[in-house]
Amino acid sequence: MLFFIEVTLSGMMAGVMYSLVALGFVLIFKASGIFNFAQGVMALFAALTLVGLMEKFNFPIWLAIIGTIVVMIALAWLIERIMLRHLVNQEPIILFMATLGLAYVLEGMGDILWGSDVKVLDLGIPQGASDWMLDSFDIYIEKLEIFAAVTAAIMVAFLAVFFQKTRIGRALRAVADDHQAALSVGISLHTIWVIVWSVAGIVALVAGIMWGSKSGVQFSLSLIALKALPVLILGGFTSVPGAIIGGLIIGVGEKIAEVYLGPFVGGAIENWFAYMLALAFLLFRPQGLFGEKIIERV
Amino acid sequence: MNQQSSPETILAVENISLSFGVMKVLDSISFDIRRGEIRSIIGPNGAGKSSMLNVINGFYHPQEGSITFKGETRKQMAPHVAANHGIARTFQNIALFKGMSTLDNIMTGRNLKMKTNLFWQALHIGPARVEELENREAAEKIIDFLGIQAIRKKPVGKLPYGLQKRVELGRALAAEPELLLLDEPMAGMNSEEKEDMCRFVLDVNSEFGTTIALIEHDMGVVMDLSDRVLVLDYGKQLADGVPDEVRNNQDVIDAYLGVPHEH
Amino acid sequence: MIYRETGQFKANYQDDQALFPIAQDRYVILVILLITFGLVPALLNEYWLNAILLPFLIYSLAALGLNILTGYCGQLSLGTGAFMAVGAFSVYKLMVAFPGIGFIPMVVLSGVITAAVGTIFGLPSLRIKGFYLAVATLAAQFFLIWLFNKVGWFFNYSATGMINAPPMTIFGAIVTGPKADPIAKYYLVAAFVAVFALAAKNIARGRIGRNWMAIRDMDIAAELIGVRPLIAKLSAFAVSSFYVGMAGALYFAVWLGSAEPTEAFDINQSFLVLFMIIIGGLGSVLGSFLGAAFLVIMPIMLKNLMVDGFGTTSALAEHIQIIVVGVLIIGFLIVEPHGLARLWRIAKEKMRLWPFPY
Repeated sequence: MLFFIEVTLSGMMAGVMYSLVALGFVLIFKASGIFNFAQGVMALFAALTLVGLMEKFNFPIWLAIIGTIVVMIALAWLIERIMLRHLVNQEPIILFMATLGLAYVLEGMGDILWGSDVKVLDLGIPQGASDWMLDSFDIYIEKLEIFAAVTAAIMVAFLAVFFQKTRIGRALRAVADDHQAALSVGISLHTIWVIVWSVAGIVALVAGIMWGSKSGVQFSLSLIALKALPVLILGGFTSVPGAIIGGLIIGVGEKIAEVYLGPFVGGAIENWFAYMLALAFLLFRPQGLFGEKIIERV
Repeated sequence: MNQQSSPETILAVENISLSFGVMKVLDSISFDIRRGEIRSIIGPNGAGKSSMLNVINGFYHPQEGSITFKGETRKQMAPHVAANHGIARTFQNIALFKGMSTLDNIMTGRNLKMKTNLFWQALHIGPARVEELENREAAEKIIDFLGIQAIRKKPVGKLPYGLQKRVELGRALAAEPELLLLDEPMAGMNSEEKEDMCRFVLDVNSEFGTTIALIEHDMGVVMDLSDRVLVLDYGKQLADGVPDEVRNNQDVIDAYLGVPHEH
Repeated sequence: MIYRETGQFKANYQDDQALFPIAQDRYVILVILLITFGLVPALLNEYWLNAILLPFLIYSLAALGLNILTGYCGQLSLGTGAFMAVGAFSVYKLMVAFPGIGFIPMVVLSGVITAAVGTIFGLPSLRIKGFYLAVATLAAQFFLIWLFNKVGWFFNYSATGMINAPPMTIFGAIVTGPKADPIAKYYLVAAFVAVFALAAKNIARGRIGRNWMAIRDMDIAAELIGVRPLIAKLSAFAVSSFYVGMAGALYFAVWLGSAEPTEAFDINQSFLVLFMIIIGGLGSVLGSFLGAAFLVIMPIMLKNLMVDGFGTTSALAEHIQIIVVGVLIIGFLIVEPHGLARLWRIAKEKMRLWPFPY
């Protein structure tokens, strides 16, 4: 039983990581209807930039983080300027494929700017097992994972307030609803997009820091981020709580499947379990856990 | 209006009710369409006109009621059943296949007339070739009828609005339907285009003998074209009859002049 | 040669329906075929055949397959790599188990098997659309590759998990394995591509192709005029996977000679083929060829230029190549979503009217 709890907890922690990436997807999708395939690479790019600033320019941690945030905002501005601006009112599938191209550009740029070797990211986030959990419940859990969970919670709370209470948040939701209607009441689409992509970039940075601290900053990070896609299918593309819960379900589900089912089929089913789960789910509830059913009109 | 299906009735809907969640879109609607007539459905925006057409050709599934088409009664239609049995339609917001040419759009309308399988199609010889040519001829007849020869090979996405409406009519006609549903065929047209479209509707009706059900906002057009008119308002049936009856119906006048509703 | 249609009148629909209604196009195709089958093998050396023409032709076939699904029917797939793997492993098992049935039927049969697998993974397309479907095809990608890695039966329990193509002959010439004759390989692949490109063009311009495009452009309207989404989508998945499967079989057996699933058929393969049809032109048979040519030749040229010309490291050249591909994708989607094929058509239109602007 203890082992099961341990597996579940470690699954939840992995799930929090997925949620962090999924959150970036949701933000952009909500505000622009774009399914941003590059979100994972953005996390990688942010983490690479952070490490690069610290290693190559000897920035202290706080300055490196600020520097990275500046870079991510500049990136958002460039993306809007060069790409999004020219793709307004295109089909969603065209926009999706454009972000595929963006993923390649960012990947190549990250490699050229900061090198493609695996990097260690040490921000002084506590490492090792949590003694308290080990002593009082006999459960092994990484401090880093607890830290990640807390960070995610704070960020979600922050985003919720941002969306519900601020003027920009309301404008964001208006844009998500209907581009043209939003334009016609005087909301600047371009500004909104820059803001959203900046926020998504910062979320990507947080995700990149967490993943990077755990397993080093390397290209596989952007592949792990692909797992955010099944998370979104479960949670719905427009729901922030959906992204969190979806992430937890996927994280826990694949850990349990790996530990209890994996040995019978040769292991490594973590590679595909999330996608299959999402696929099965899609067949029964195409709109996700929290999405609304859309009435089609002709 | 509880007419039994008489021999000349092509379609009869009985007590159709449709709702989405708590929203009642159609509330116990019954009417019929006689073979060969032009039947109009009018009503203010949100009256349920388009939904009614969607029910007839099986895109929406009503919770209650039945649809009798050519003597067969069903609780609801399926889109392919409707298409197979000779119901075709056009759409309020043009629903053409934008990436395809005018000719291809109309040829797609003949889809159900074509039967050869993938193998023959891949070789493009024998039956597939013969079939393609036969249907091309039929499609060309419609192109001639609508006077759109010049845009035969043009992608429809780039055509002006009025022509797109015409191509859409062509695509529906290509199926050689017995019942043609037209959802606001003249919306957004100038008076000249409207006149053209009216003439096509009348010609289709008289030349091909096609039964037509149409939704239209322009009262002049409706009263001139229609044999009978059905009036809907907030999903309810307000009136049904020949144009003159409907014109003088007090409920209809109230609905259009905006006497406050009691909900 | 002057590209004009003046004076070429079509007296009946039969002529107008022809594959290439304009006479000059027919000559061009004839010349291309003559060059492909006559001149190329005589003039080009082994490096050209093996390093450029074979991958170009094989990727063209795969791109054709994906274009049927994505370009014509509008269903985005990110599982092309895995479906190529299905073709590769099918042909491998056939070569090992039934060496007597001949290599050409084996490749076709691999296509059929892939079509069956593809149809199964196409089932979700009936309920889900757009990028939801893309995620569903990711499931195919990761699951199938895992399967080929873990289940020993597929690679005949070889210690490395690799599959190696045993030598097969056609008319006495060896076409697979390490001792294969480059010219024979080239002829075989070119013949496959020519035949199936023609078939694809025929399907695309007939009823089935129109139904695919109808589903792509306006699925609801298509359904209401009697196109069955079930049949249209699944047939697109089947035909597409058939092509991709054959491409995978040729890719492994004729070109690579040996393969290991995680490297040869990973998700980057899926992206590569998708990029080919975006750059070449969605919904265009010609575009599949142009895109494949571009993405096969461009990296080689870029690498030669950078490494030999500017003396950069090959790692840097590779990174720059990734960026170039990404930029091109975005650029094409913004400027010309119909890709190189549309640019070619615009050029032809201009030539038709030249020297008058309209």
